[in-house]
Parts: sequence; structure tokens; C-alpha cells
Amino acid sequence: MHPAPSIIFFTVFSGLGFGLLAWLGLGLPDVTGWVAFVFFALAYLMAVGGLISSTFHLGNPQRALRAFTQWRTSWLSREGWLAVLSLLVMAVYGAGLVFLGERWTGLGILGSILSLATVYATSMIYGQLKTVPRWNAWTTPALFMVFAVGGGALMAGQVTAAIILLILLGGLQYIAWTTGDARFRDAGHTMETATGLGPVGKVRLLESPHSGGNYLLREMVHVVGRKHARKLRILSLTGLSILPVLLLLLLPAGHIVGLIAVILHLAGTLGARWLFFAEAEHVVGLYYGKR
Amino acid sequence: MTLLPEKTDAKLGLVIDLDTCVGCHACVVSCKGWNTQGYGVPLSDQDPYGGDPSGTFLNRVHAYEVMRPDGQAQTTHFPKSCLHCEDAPCVTVCPTGASYKRQEDGIVLVNESACIGCGLCAWACPYGARELDQAAGVMKKCTLCVDRIYNDNLPEVDRVPSCVRTCPAGARHFGDLGDPDSDVSKLVEARGGIDLMPEQGTKPVNKYLPPRPKDQPLEEIDILAPLLEPVAEDARGFIGWLDKALEKL
Amino acid sequence: MTHHQPDLDTSPKVSDEIRKTTCYMCACRCGINVHLRDGKVSYIEGNRDHPVNRGVLCAKGSAGIMQINAPSRLRAPLRRVGPRGSGAFEEISWEEALQSVTDILAPIRKDSPDKLAFFTGRDQSQSFTSLFAQSFGTPNYAAHGGFCSVNMAAAGIYTMGGAFWEFGQPDWERTKLFMIFGVAEDHDSNPIKIGLGRLKERGAKVIGVNPIRSGYNAVADEWVGITPGTDGLFILSMIHCLLKAGKIDLDYLMRYTNAPILVNCDDKSPEGGLFLRDDDDKMMVLDKATGKPAPFDAPGVRADMAGTYRHAGATYRPVFQLLAERYLDDQYAPEAVAERCGIDADRIRRIAAELALTAFEEEIVVDQPWTDFRGVKLDKMIGRPVSFHAMRGISAHSNGFQTCRALHVLQILLGSVEVPGGFRFKPPYPKPVEAHPKPHSTVTRDGPLNGPHLGFVRGPDDLALKEDGSPARIDKAFTWENPMSAHGLMHMVISNAHAGDPYPVEALFMYMANMSWNSSMNSGEVMKMLTDKDDDGNYVIPNIIYSDAYASEMVAYADIVLPDTTYLERHDCISLLDRPICEAEAMADSIRWPVIEPDRDVRGFQSVLIDLGARLGLPAFVNEDGSQKYKDYADYMVNHERRPGVGPLAGFRGNGEGKGRGAPNPEQLERYIENGGFWIDHVPEAGLYYKPWNKDYQDWAVERGIYDAPQPYLFSLYVEPMRKFQLAAEGHGKRQPPDHLRDQIKTTLDPLPIWYPPFEESRVDTDEYDLHALTQRPMAMYHSWGSQNAWLRQIHGHNPLYVPGAVWKKHGFKEGDWARVSSANGSITVPVALMEGLNANTVWTWNAIGKRKGAWALDEDAPEANRGFLLNHLISELLPARGDGMRWSNSDPVTGQAAWFDLRVRIEKADAPSEAQPAFPALKSPVPKAPDELKVGEA
Ligand SMILES: Nc1nc2c(c(=O)[nH]1)N[C@H]1C(S)=C(S)[C@@H](COP(=O)(O)OP(=O)(O)OC[C@H]3O[C@@H](n4cnc5c(=O)[nH]c(N)nc54)[C@H](O)[C@@H]3O)O[C@H]1N2
Ligand SMILES: Nc1nc2c(c(=O)[nH]1)N[C@H]1C(S)=C(S)[C@@H](COP(=O)(O)OP(=O)(O)OC[C@H]3O[C@@H](n4cnc5c(=O)[nH]c(N)nc54)[C@H](O)[C@@H]3O)O[C@H]1N2
Ligand code: SF4
Ligand code: SF4
Ligand code: SF4
Ligand code: SF4
Ligand code: SF4
Ligand SMILES: [Mo]
Repeated sequence: MHPAPSIIFFTVFSGLGFGLLAWLGLGLPDVTGWVAFVFFALAYLMAVGGLISSTFHLGNPQRALRAFTQWRTSWLSREGWLAVLSLLVMAVYGAGLVFLGERWTGLGILGSILSLATVYATSMIYGQLKTVPRWNAWTTPALFMVFAVGGGALMAGQVTAAIILLILLGGLQYIAWTTGDARFRDAGHTMETATGLGPVGKVRLLESPHSGGNYLLREMVHVVGRKHARKLRILSLTGLSILPVLLLLLLPAGHIVGLIAVILHLAGTLGARWLFFAEAEHVVGLYYGKR
Repeated sequence: MTLLPEKTDAKLGLVIDLDTCVGCHACVVSCKGWNTQGYGVPLSDQDPYGGDPSGTFLNRVHAYEVMRPDGQAQTTHFPKSCLHCEDAPCVTVCPTGASYKRQEDGIVLVNESACIGCGLCAWACPYGARELDQAAGVMKKCTLCVDRIYNDNLPEVDRVPSCVRTCPAGARHFGDLGDPDSDVSKLVEARGGIDLMPEQGTKPVNKYLPPRPKDQPLEEIDILAPLLEPVAEDARGFIGWLDKALEKL
Repeated sequence: MTHHQPDLDTSPKVSDEIRKTTCYMCACRCGINVHLRDGKVSYIEGNRDHPVNRGVLCAKGSAGIMQINAPSRLRAPLRRVGPRGSGAFEEISWEEALQSVTDILAPIRKDSPDKLAFFTGRDQSQSFTSLFAQSFGTPNYAAHGGFCSVNMAAAGIYTMGGAFWEFGQPDWERTKLFMIFGVAEDHDSNPIKIGLGRLKERGAKVIGVNPIRSGYNAVADEWVGITPGTDGLFILSMIHCLLKAGKIDLDYLMRYTNAPILVNCDDKSPEGGLFLRDDDDKMMVLDKATGKPAPFDAPGVRADMAGTYRHAGATYRPVFQLLAERYLDDQYAPEAVAERCGIDADRIRRIAAELALTAFEEEIVVDQPWTDFRGVKLDKMIGRPVSFHAMRGISAHSNGFQTCRALHVLQILLGSVEVPGGFRFKPPYPKPVEAHPKPHSTVTRDGPLNGPHLGFVRGPDDLALKEDGSPARIDKAFTWENPMSAHGLMHMVISNAHAGDPYPVEALFMYMANMSWNSSMNSGEVMKMLTDKDDDGNYVIPNIIYSDAYASEMVAYADIVLPDTTYLERHDCISLLDRPICEAEAMADSIRWPVIEPDRDVRGFQSVLIDLGARLGLPAFVNEDGSQKYKDYADYMVNHERRPGVGPLAGFRGNGEGKGRGAPNPEQLERYIENGGFWIDHVPEAGLYYKPWNKDYQDWAVERGIYDAPQPYLFSLYVEPMRKFQLAAEGHGKRQPPDHLRDQIKTTLDPLPIWYPPFEESRVDTDEYDLHALTQRPMAMYHSWGSQNAWLRQIHGHNPLYVPGAVWKKHGFKEGDWARVSSANGSITVPVALMEGLNANTVWTWNAIGKRKGAWALDEDAPEANRGFLLNHLISELLPARGDGMRWSNSDPVTGQAAWFDLRVRIEKADAPSEAQPAFPALKSPVPKAPDELKVGEA
């Protein structure tokens, strides 16, 4: 799939934002007043910024409100609802913290759940797609969720939780990659099933339908070199999990260390997310002999 | 509305004969011609006279080479447009309700005025049947020429999709695949019509008729051999045969 | 829960108006319905009533709207202001343009009309353009047939009085086995596709003989991946098998062919090899009853094909015996030809057997009484349901004429021509050689030519030679080099004019032919010839006048450009005098008319010629008082008469009821338009088959003005005119060939089909140049015109060279690689791609996709100009020098047909260059820059 910057940005930052909100909803860290304001502002900036960024991907963003209508079938629609609900709930909850110094625990927990549900909905936009076997597995929601809570923990200064979650995340990411590599093949999609010509023999593309490019190829058929991907995987994994964990374990906790850990994690996550899209092969590629 | 209808009254669709398609692209261009001035916004083209021309097409013809177990390669031209799936994943993913499947005939359509151009439906389609128009930012797909097939302004014979009407080889057939007695259903039955990527579970309405076996080593070689039995051993013998054969005329 | 869905208007208004005319996105002549909305073309579909396409339309046809919108359309007459070939022009008025052309042409006509060379491309008005040339007085006129497929045309006419091309068709509804040789698309492209579809529906078998398995060959039930240039051998081998087994239609051969005609077998005699004729010049057969010769058509004569006749020291034997003797020889046995053809001997035998099986065991009988030309009444029609079609794959070789002949002989031996289930002619064919004109080339100062330019020679006396024996025509058509060059040799015009051989010309006037690019061999060299100057700094070819509708590569090489309209903006006439739209069961013709008005300062070229003809005072174009005879082409279409009562359009003549004959009808064009742009008249049932010998057909054809008298004739298994050239080469007769051509004529003008290796093979080292290189027509592109079409160019914007598996492996090619491809003539560097369904010794690419930078209103970075390429740079119009130092024309020695497909190449991996090589400097575009985005049909 085409690794569109707007989509990478959207998933990473909204994930982080909602992850942070989830922690804040649980009162971790237990902040009020100005400090709470800063935390909430950060979380909203990332969550809302991410959501806005996702509209850059739209052909007709002015009609975006319509996306709320189909929550019964569409994960994208559900994500919209959940995002709005969690932002609203967390706004009230946050206002209590910032302006009244009050923590409405019940509301906070509800906000946390909604935030996590939002991340889940985002993940299912991808995870539901049978057309992209690499995504179409439990690992996708799992990864998105652990990304959110892990990154959120890091941002929320929950060092122990962050260490545990980032280790988990690293492992999960590794599993997602390795199991993902086989998933297209295991799903049984081949040029032979795509064309139905299997009973005749082995199929290869002789001529593309158009010598010119098209939307499908640009959007869904993105080929990354195996070597290139390997290198990026190592770098991303190092950034999103290994280095931050080592940093947190080996150095005394502090703002600077935290900031560096967050930046490393973010860089690694952006890399991993780029790979998430770039390595994802859509079955339509089979029709173009691209697999 | 992105809930799929529980059942459609008909299953209109195409049957494409891979044994007959010569790969002429007539259906591709006819489709573009009809649909750019028909249903919805025009099918735009970007950089049309430049270095990287590309545009929206609702139907494209691929060409494949199939290596047979006997080592021979066979060429198959392969037209592909929306298959109007019964379990259309492109419909259910749509957040706006722009994508829908019609109750009365099963045609899968995009209501362009509701489409936000998120592209998700195109991601959900296994067959590459949806293209986001780059000028209008809305999703385009085969409409099964819904503005032709019921159009009272067209003579009855012309109430078929543009691609079907134009196909010079007669490789495209249109009809109700939900009706077992329709011509298309019978054709599918007779020729062993198949689904594309059945493992995706989309239950396509459109069917493909596989190429007939080719270059078959004739078992009839035994029937054929006697046909070439020499009538004579040499030229003189041949004249003798000729004489006799002429007598018989 | 109920299902919600939007309300939809499923009956929108389709358009304001439909205008029916004839497509010209290619030369297939399909009928189209042009939908107009707000006065603009909105959609084009096929006309269901039209005999050619019956409603269907190809990709190009549907893309017509993008041709009339193309930014490459010329806008006004142009005068060159920069050096030739630069593309620098100024727009001028029509008056200036026409005056300039008149100023060039008038003195030429006065002093030496042959100093004008007027050649046209694939237009459909050759009977009209040739009238202009004839009236002008130049012998130097032809259309593109010489480089296209004259072998097919001439072999067909000389053998059976009609050809494949678009002039005949298989009996699609009845045939059971169809063999198609060397066809990628053809002129009759929609009818062939419709026909193949019908065969598939009926379960008839299709065998494709072609080195490349694409298109028609992809759908064929059996593919024969023959080695290029060897079809003749394959066919003669099947003939060998059929003869040996006696699987031939003797009755048919006796009645309808020259098989029983007696041939003088005395080698020494000046009559050797000629037919025995009586005092009335009637061909003679041996009468079984009397043992004596008798005219072939004398009542009650039964010919004895098994006998011989001796008279005055000479032995006479029937043609059939000579034929049998030749092909029964073991050199034609499947085993002897298998390796050369790349086809297993068993397979050759099996296909021959299948032909026999279908022709004779699956005979069809149609209960339709008819009367033959001898007056014999027959109560039924016997059909042999095997049919054949072939085109440039067999004809565009230097052995093409004989190969085409071989195929026709095979058809005839099977008795499958003009019978149910076989191959059928479309009116005005059948038409024997005798009914065709001979070539004319006698020039008179300030006067017209002595007759039509092109025709069919019957012997050396008909050659177009001057008194001194030198060629009368600039293209050297109808000379000893290629005596039967019925369509001229357009591909030789520029190089001959440049060389001043046989003589220089003053003006080159061309119409609709992209000669500086894809329609020439050796395009780079041609560009040099067109721009070459003499010692005085004058162009060697002094004046070039050209008519095109678009900013093609050729435009840049003209001094004056006459911009044509597009096909929806003008009158045209698809006439029975030319290449009409007839079907086997009907005569038909059609028109084009301005369904939209041009929005630029352009004029239909035919109308421009009419204007020029009047300015020059050409007899065919002025009245007695010197005034202009026809107002414009529409006026000509209605009022011109070739013979009294017979004109360009056959329909609605006289009072509107006239069919084929009748006085000009001023309402004629309106009647055509009302009728959907065409006219059709069906052959009577009794005349549907056996047309060359069928009294019912012949009488009908006379009534309709196709002939002035019935023209029954015999098919020529043996072509006597060819023997006359051989006799000359053997030293007989007054007109003698130059010595260096004697051997070539003796061997290649054999009156019975032969096979010899394509010439290039004998002139280049085939170990070095180990591969054959071919081009194919893409179905969705028409030569160079398609690339200006925004929809079509997305389909074919660049072309790879397809390489077979073994060669791919041998060179270690990978996807995305490039290769240098070299021939004896030059080399190109181009992208490659793998194809397994390909003859193992053959590489190929799509024809004419490569474009010159700056042409066709495309951006300079267009893929056509950067990855697209032509094979033409590798092909020369002359073969590499022989031992004698002479460079022979790369043409068929019989007809002069350009031997495009003889090309031999070698291939090697190359680093990817920045663009395909060779690259030429960009042309300056005569039209403004094209838009960046299109939304066609926006309300
Ligand atoms: N390598 C290779 N070369 C080949 C062949 C091959 O098989 N292989 N095939 C050969 C054959 S058979 C042929 S026929 C030639 C074809 O070659 P050409 O006859 O040169 O064909 P086109 O490229 O179509 O060019 C015709 C010109 O007509 C112009 N034109 C189009 N429409 C109109 C119109 O309405 N009015 C006017 N005035 N001009 C118009 C176009 O702009 C173009 O410049 O190519 C030959 N060249
Ligand atoms: N779409 C489209 N239609 C066209 C044209 C076009 O440009 N585009 N051009 C028109 C013109 S001008 C012409 S002349 C006709 C020509 O129509 P075709 O005769 O179909 O012309 P080509 O495409 O040159 O195809 C030649 C075929 O012969 C095969 N071939 C080459 N050598 C051999 C051989 O030795 N033996 C055999 N058996 N096969 C061989 C090639 O592989 C190829 O398939 O098409 C006309 N129709
Ligand atoms: S028009 Fe018919 S034959 Fe041509 S590509 Fe389409 S389906 Fe195939
Ligand atoms: S083919 Fe694709 S676009 Fe069409 S209904 Fe099926 S999934 Fe949807
Ligand atoms: S692109 Fe349009 S039709 Fe497709 S899913 Fe998005 S809103 Fe729905
Ligand atoms: S049915 Fe209509 S929209 Fe669909 S491919 Fe055919 S022409 Fe195009
Ligand atoms: S074959 Fe195509 S381009 Fe040629 S005349 Fe017919 S519709 Fe037009
Ligand atoms: Mo041609």
C-alpha cells in the first residue's frame, strides 16, 4: 500500500494522543491545574491533529461529517464516533482537572475506555481488510493498542508501565512482522486464483492493461525492496522499543531522558508505521503481476 | 446505505468469455466514453498529453501468459470491471453510505454526492474495480451502465451496458445471474463459469468463462491418419489414380 | 430493517441528436452514431444497421471524440519559415497557400508533368486522387499499397480475381475450420472479430499461424508458432500431403480453374510454358471424347486432366499435371520442411488431414439452384467448410507474393473458394485480371496521362518503361525489378527522388502519410534525404507539399502544409470505385459528412484538390469554359461520372431508386444521410456463391454497374503472365530485362507457387543476426495517429521489445532491462520484456508507438518519445550490397512489396540509456501546448 504521509501521521499521532488520554483518564499521572492542562493539551494536539491530518487524504473533506452515518457497518464511521465521544468525555473530565482541580473518576475511566476503543476502531479499519492479508489478523489491533498504551505510558511518565509495554510492543511488532510475511501466501491468493486460470497453468502478466499509471497502482501496489525493508525494520524496532527501554532502564528517570525516549520511540514508530503500509501487499497487485 | 440488502430481487451482471476475448480494449474505451458523459462526474485524465498520463477507467483489460504443464504458453486477455459482489466488502466499509448495493438488481453504486473520497472502499475491493477520480475526488466504479439498461430514451436493444454493446468479438454478456433460466446463467452453466478469487468470500455476480482447452493433441490422430493414405507411390501412379478418379466424377 | 438507497434517474436524456456517419479512426469504415449535446460530440457508438460493424465499435472508434478534441489538430495552412525538418512555420491564409501550390505545380505541368510525384497514404479516396494525378499528367502516383500488402492483393487478383485484405471474407456462418495466417488486426478488424466471435459461438475450430501468440492467435484453438518467412513452405507441404492422398476437389478444379488447360511443355520454344489457345485466343483443354484439344468452355467438352497431347513437336500437358508433379516431390514432404518452418512434421500432416476431413467429410450442401456460366443448371451448392484468411504476416516478406499464391492454390485445391463454408468475395470482386486496367505511364506536356496509373500487367509489353528501357515512374513500379507492382512502390519514392534515379522531381506532394517517421524504412536516412541540399544550397527535393490533419512528424518536412479537417468535419466517399463497405452478400457504399463544423481554418483535402485542379485547369476539374467543374468534394461525389450513369456513389441514383446505375441525383447525399450514411443492396439468393461462374450473380453485377458485361473466368493455379516474364528472362521476345535481373526473374516469377528464403537471409550472416524481428498492429492504436489521443495513449504509451524465453535466459535479461538490437542497417537501444508464447527465434514489438519529440502536441517527456521506439531504423529500403556491389531493393521481386518482416537482428543486453536510441532533436510544434487535465463530458 502507498505509505501516504498523512495516513502515517494520522495513525501514529492519534494513537499516541488517545493512548495518553487513556492514561490520563485513569489518573496516571495524577495531575491537576496547569500541569494537567499541558498534558491534556498535548494529548488533544496529537489526537485531533492526527484526525485532521487524516482528512488530507480525503477527496472531498468538506463532506467529512457524512462519515458519521454508517457506524453499523463501517469501522471508519465508528472510529469517528468514538473519537468524538472520547474527546468530549475527556474534555469534560479534563476541564474538571484543570479548572476545578476535581477528578471525576467514573468519567475518566469512561474516557479511557472510549479512547482505547477509538484506537481499536482505527486499527480495525486496516485489520478488517481481507484484501491486505498482512493486516487482516489479530496482530493489527493488538499492535495498535499496545502502541497507544505503550507510547501513552511513555508520554504519561509511567516508567515501569512504559518499560513493560514497550518490551511487549517490541515482541509484538516482531511477531507481526514475521507472521505477516507469510500471511499473504497462507491466505492462498495467487495470480491463479485471481484470474481463475489456475487450471490451465502458471500465470504471469504479459501486458499491463494500460502502459500509463493508474490510481490502483499508485495507491495499492507499492513494492519495497526486501533488503531495504530489513534495514528499516531493525532501525524501527531499535527506535520504538529497544533504545527507549534501555534508556529508561539504565538512566535515572528525568525529563530529558523521558523526552529522548519519546523522540526515539516516535521515530521508531513512524518507521514501523511506514513499513506497516509500505510492506502491506494488496491482493489487487496480483492482477498486475506485482507480488 | 452500507448495510447490504439481505437479498436482491435480481443479480444483474456480466459474463466474460476468456475464450473469445481478443484483447482489443474496445470495451475499455467505450466504457470511458459512455461514463465520462453519463452517471456522475466525468472520468478525468491527468497529464493527458504529458510524460505520465493517467486517468480514471472503470474497465481495464489485462493480458496474461499461462504456462501449461506441457511447457506451452497460452495468452489470455482479461477484461476486468466491478463484479457487483453479493457480499460486497466495498459497501460495508464505506463510512458515508455513498457506496451501496441496489435492492432491485444488485448493482453496486457510489452516490457521488455523498462520497468523501476516503478511498477505503477501493482498499476493500480485491479486484481493483474502484478508482478515485483525481479531479473530482470521488470514487468511480462500473455502474453496470445503470443509466442505459433501464433508459426509456434508448431503443430496447440498446438497453445493455456500453461495453457489451460494443464488444466486437461478442465476449461480453449481460443479464440476470440470479435467474437460473436466463441466457447468461445457462451460458455459465454450460461453460463452467468461475468466480475470481473465491477465497475472498465476496461472491461475485460477474462470472468468467474459462478458455477452452487449446492445442489439444488430437486423439483423432487415428481418424486422421487414414485420410492421408497415399493414393499412389509415384507421379505415374498418381496420374493413374487421377484418371480413375476423373472417371468417377 | 428496510434498505435505504438513493432515488436514481435511470432514464436520463442521452443526447440532443444522433448523426450517422462513417468512422475514420482507421480504414475499416465502420458505421457510427455520433451523439451531439449542445452542438458538441458527446458520445460515439456503432451503428447497428451498418453492414461492416453491425453496431460494434473498436477502441479507436469509441475514442473518436478525443481525436476531434486533440490539441495536435492543425489550425491553418502553414508555410515553412525555418530549415526543413525544424518544424518552424508561419500560419498563412488559404488563398496564399493555394496560390503558392499553384505556382509550384503549374510550370511543372506545362513542361514536364512527371516532375510531380503525388503519393497518398491510407486515404479512402484513391479513385479521386488518382483522377487528379491522371488529369495532371504525371505517371508518378500511387497510394500506400506497395509498402502495405500488395503481395496479398496482387496474388489474390492474379490467382482468383479477388483478394483477402478487406475484399473478401470467410463464410463466417458456415465455416467449420478457419486458418488465419499472419494477422494481428487487419483492415477488416471489426468484421474479423465479429466473425471469430461467431465461430466461437458455433464451436468451429480456429487455427492461428503466427510467430506470436497474441490477439486473434491467443483465442485460436490451435497456435502454430511458425518461423517467419516460411509459411510458403508449410503451405506447399500441406499441398504435398493432400495431393498425395488425393484429397482435392477434382470436380471443382475441372470446372472452375485452369487445372485442365494445356501447357506447352517445350522448354526451348518461345511459347514454352504458355497455354495452348485457339484462333479466338481461347484456352484449350484435352477433350476426353475426341482426344483432341477443345476450347475450355465449349459445350459438352469433358477435359482429360490425366492425358497429354503432342502437336508439332511439342508436348502439351494440363496445368494440373505440372502442379502435381511439382508438389508431390519429396522436397515438400513434411519431414523436409519441418525444421525450417519450426513445425513438427506430424503436426503439418495432422493439420493437412484436418483440412481434408473438414472439407470432404463434412461437406455441406445448400439447396439453392443456380446456373453456371456455361449455362449448366445445378440444383444445389456444395460447400467445403474450410476457410482461410491471411495478411501482412505472409505478404510483407520478399517471398510474399509466392506465399500468398501458395495459400490461394491450397484453397482452390480444396475447392473452398466461393462455396458455402469457404472464402467469399465481396463485390465489386470477383473481377479477373482481364477486367482490371493495365498500368499507364505515357506523359504529354501540358496534358493528361494516357490512362490510369496502376493496373495489372499481362506480360512484358505492359511494363512502365520509357523508350530507352528506363523506368517511366519515379518509384520504378512495373519494371523488371518488380514487374507486377500493382500498387506502386511508395516506399521507394523519397530515396529515388533524392538519388535522381530514374530522374529527379521538382515537387513531392503527399497526403496522409507519415513518411519521415513510421511509414518509411530507415526513417533517420529518409529525414536526411528530405533535408539534403545540393552544391548550390538548394534542397535536393525542391518542393514538398503535404496535407495532414495533425501535427505529425511529416509536417515538419513540408514547405507548405494544407491542413485537413478531421473525419467528422468533412465529406468523404467510401466508394465502389475504391475500397467500399461491401459484404459477400451485398454491395454497399457509404459517406462521411460534416456532422460538426470545423472550428479552425481548415479544409477537407479533397475539396482543396478540386480547387487546385480548377486553378491548374486540369481537364477533369474544369468545364469547357474553363470554370471550376465541382464546387467541392460533396458536389463531385454526387455529380462525377466514371462511365455514364456510374459514379462514386452507387446508391439512390437517378430518381433515388437507381442502384449502381443512374443519372446523378441532386438529393443523393440527403438520401444517404437519411439512411444512416450508407447504402446497401443484396445479392440475389441464387448468386450468393460461385460468383465468378454464377450467371445469376454476373447478371446482377452487370445490372448494378459493377461490370458492363458478364466476366466469368477460371481461377489461375498457373499464372500465365508470370511465365511471360520468365520467357523474356530466358531471352525470348523483344522487350528484354537487364542481365543482372535475368536470374531473379527466372526463379521468382514462377507461374506455379514456389518458396525461397527471404532475401535478407541470403544477404546477412544469419549466425550473427540470429533473430527475426517483427512488428504487430496494436488493436487499440492506429499507426502514428493514436498517440495524440489522450485515451488511447494511456493504453499504449510505450512499447517493449518482446523476447522469447530461451533468448531471455541466454542473455540474462530481467524485468526492466534494456537491450541493444542491431541489424545490418543500424542499431537501436530499447526496453525488453519476456514473452513465452513466441517463436523461439523471433522478437517483436508494437508498431508505430515510438514518436519524435515535439510531434503530436505531446510534451517532450512523453513516454512515446522516451521509451517508445520504432523498428524502422533497423530496416532499409535497400538490402546490404551483394558480391556484385549492387544494392537490391528490400522488396518482393514480383510486386515490389516492402519486405518489412524479413528483418534479421541480433540482441545484447545494454545499460539503460536516458531515452530509447536513436533519439532525434525535438521538433518545434506548430500547435499550442496541450492542457494538463481533461474532464470530457463535463456538464
Ligand atoms: N516497422 C514497420 N513499419 C511499418 C509497418 C510495419 O508493419 N512495420 N507497416 C507499414 C504499413 S502497412 C503502412 S500502411 C504504413 C502506415 O503508415 P502511414 O501511412 O504513415 O500511417 P500513419 O502513421 O497513420 O500516418 C498517416 C498520416 O496521416 C495523417 N492523417 C490522419 N488522419 C488524417 C486526415 O483525416 N487527413 C489528412 N490529411 N491526414 C490525416 C496522420 O496525422 C499521419 O501523419 O506504415 C508502414 N510502416
Ligand atoms: N488497430 C489497427 N488496425 C489496423 C492498423 C493499425 O495500425 N492499427 N493498420 C492497418 C493497416 S495499414 C494494415 S496494412 C493492416 C495490417 O494488418 P495485419 O496484417 O494484421 O498487420 P500486422 O500488424 O503487421 O500483422 C502482421 C502479423 O503477421 C505476423 N507475422 C510476421 N511475419 C510472419 C510470418 O512470416 N508468418 C506468419 N504466419 N505470420 C507472420 C506478425 O506476428 C503479425 O501478427 O492493419 C490495418 N488495421
Ligand atoms: S471488447 Fe470484447 S474482445 Fe475486446 S477486450 Fe473487451 S471483452 Fe475483449
Ligand atoms: S468488485 Fe469490488 S467494487 Fe465491485 S462489488 Fe466487488 S468488491 Fe465491490
Ligand atoms: S471513497 Fe467514497 S464511496 Fe468509497 S468508502 Fe469513502 S466515502 Fe465511501
Ligand atoms: S457495464 Fe458500463 S460501467 Fe461497467 S464496465 Fe461496462 S461499460 Fe463500464
Ligand atoms: S475498426 Fe474501429 S477505428 Fe476502424 S473504422 Fe471501425 S470503429 Fe473505426
Ligand atoms: Mo498498411
